[in-house]
Amino acid sequence: MAAVTQDTAVSTGRFTRALIYLTLLLFALFYLLPLYVMGVNSLKPLSEITGGNMMALPSQWTLDPWRSAWSTAQIGVEPTGLKPYFLNSILMVVPAVAISTIVGALNGYVLTKWRFRGDTWVFGLMLFSCFIPFQIVLIPMAVVLGKLGLAGTVTGLILVHVVYGIGFTTLYFRNYYASFPTELVRAAMIDGAGFFRIFWRILLPVSGPIAVVSVIWQFTNIWNDFLFGVSFGGTSQPMTVALNNLVQSSTGVKEYNVHFAGAILAALPTLFVYIGRYFVRGLMAGSVKG
Amino acid sequence: MGFLDIRNVTKSYGPVEVLHRIDIAVEEGEFLVLVGPSGCGKSTLLNMIAGLEGISGGEIAIKGRVVNGVHPSKRNIAMVFQSYALYPNMTVGQNMTFGLEMHGVPKPDRDRALADVAKLLQIETLLDRKPGQLSGGQRQRVAMGRALVRNPDVFLFDEPLSNLDAKLRVDMRTEIKKLHQKLKTTIVYVTHDQIEALTLSTRIAVMNKGHVQQLGTPKEIYDTPANLFVATFMGSPAMNIVPATVEMQNGQPHAAIADADGSIRHLRFSQANLAEWAGKSIHLGIRPEAITDPEGADRKSGNIQPFTNRVTVTEPAGSDTFVTMTLSGKDAIARMRADAAVVPGQHFDFAINMEKAVAFDPATEERITP
Repeated sequence: MAAVTQDTAVSTGRFTRALIYLTLLLFALFYLLPLYVMGVNSLKPLSEITGGNMMALPSQWTLDPWRSAWSTAQIGVEPTGLKPYFLNSILMVVPAVAISTIVGALNGYVLTKWRFRGDTWVFGLMLFSCFIPFQIVLIPMAVVLGKLGLAGTVTGLILVHVVYGIGFTTLYFRNYYASFPTELVRAAMIDGAGFFRIFWRILLPVSGPIAVVSVIWQFTNIWNDFLFGVSFGGTSQPMTVALNNLVQSSTGVKEYNVHFAGAILAALPTLFVYIGRYFVRGLMAGSVKG
Repeated sequence: MGFLDIRNVTKSYGPVEVLHRIDIAVEEGEFLVLVGPSGCGKSTLLNMIAGLEGISGGEIAIKGRVVNGVHPSKRNIAMVFQSYALYPNMTVGQNMTFGLEMHGVPKPDRDRALADVAKLLQIETLLDRKPGQLSGGQRQRVAMGRALVRNPDVFLFDEPLSNLDAKLRVDMRTEIKKLHQKLKTTIVYVTHDQIEALTLSTRIAVMNKGHVQQLGTPKEIYDTPANLFVATFMGSPAMNIVPATVEMQNGQPHAAIADADGSIRHLRFSQANLAEWAGKSIHLGIRPEAITDPEGADRKSGNIQPFTNRVTVTEPAGSDTFVTMTLSGKDAIARMRADAAVVPGQHFDFAINMEKAVAFDPATEERITP
């Protein structure tokens, strides 16, 4: 990573600099506005929202909408709140991310360090999967899941997301390992390390940065997925589907404050993963120098 | 039968043969250098000995055991790579003992071997550092240490010094030579640097285009190159190759060459059988140090020929002065003493040591042997 120093940056006048910061600030505010609206409205009673003035801070602060969204709100026909669906999502996303990242790393390792005849074709075909729209595979996927007896289960969803994610994770790891010196692998071979030992002891320890990229990408995509969840989720639907059922319900009063709280709950995990990146970067900073 | 036998080994990629019937027997304790320009197949041959590349034909045997198809880790060899190939995530100590660990050597034995080698290479203080925190020379030592710890039958070096700066390279060269003299290990060393080849080796295999051009001691290679390729590749500055005609005078073969003004001069050969070439063209090969001023000529030589010629350029290099002149229309370089009084543009009385001169057949480019 090349550090941009004061010497290399273009020097600008005070006025230009102020202008730049002002513009950036405006854009930041613009993009933060929805989050603000969601935040303040999830912390006020419904009457304050329906009374107008969505932008105002709550006159009466309350956490009730959050409690309701989490544990008592009506999702479809059951008053369970989002909690069980949140759990479904976690049960789905953790193994799916882990498996697709590990398989992608192994694929990248094989495609760069254990080259075989036609390996570029294999890679090309895997890459192809990155460009197939979700909708096209819905019917064949449903058939496969049915035959495997995994329809409507968390395991089925994990399988779907792993299959779909491998294309991307393979791409990441292949390109990362392509620049990893092959001489190291040869040295390890002479030292007597086998296929998995080389992977585990030599390549994985330096794969931190790309693993972070892969995890963030996969986590965000799988957590936010709605189509596969609603199609194959069955009784174990993920958070996104539940949120839809909460917000789109056509009966009863629209509890906007609960909706806002639920939406934030649904978005929080990806935010944490994204922020977690900086934490990991800090951990890695000392170890992979040189 | 040698310690390391390379018997009729060929290497092909599809229909393209890149190594043609290589036949080298390396004795125990020998330092064999494979030298040649890039693309000559020297690294491929080394990788085949290591087991990193398959053998298309022939066989390679280490200590009498044919190792074709044997996994690299089971050949009891160790290799030092050009980029050192140190594992970036492990400390120096872990790097050096990784091979032992993979071979199931117990921890106390590993630690003992590590301590011995670290002491030998004077890297005891570096053992807890990561490779990224080491300088080029230190990495080089660690890479050698990793090979030494294994105590292998054969050491393989793949251009180990080419990533170092000039001064360090010379130091490490001496270091490697010292190590070889002390440990008497069998080494196969690949380089494109002919100086490294001449200084380090006990024997050199000069390779070009997948063929071994000549296999011999450094002195044989330097003094009696088998052909024009070896003559011009080995030595710096390169051997002067001058077109000449063999003419008989007083019953002795002479080389007729033109000086800078175009007049023909005759230099008596020491090689009597060149009489057979009377009237024919040859390529005359003279090392730069065989052309000197008369005072600087080799006293032991029985055949110093005077030769007056105009000096084109002088290049003082501290210890020597390189003098360029024209011989038979080609530039030729003489290596003089630093204080030789040579002035560019003026004529100078050179002395050519014809005992060291060699002649090549222009058609086959092979040396005409006495």
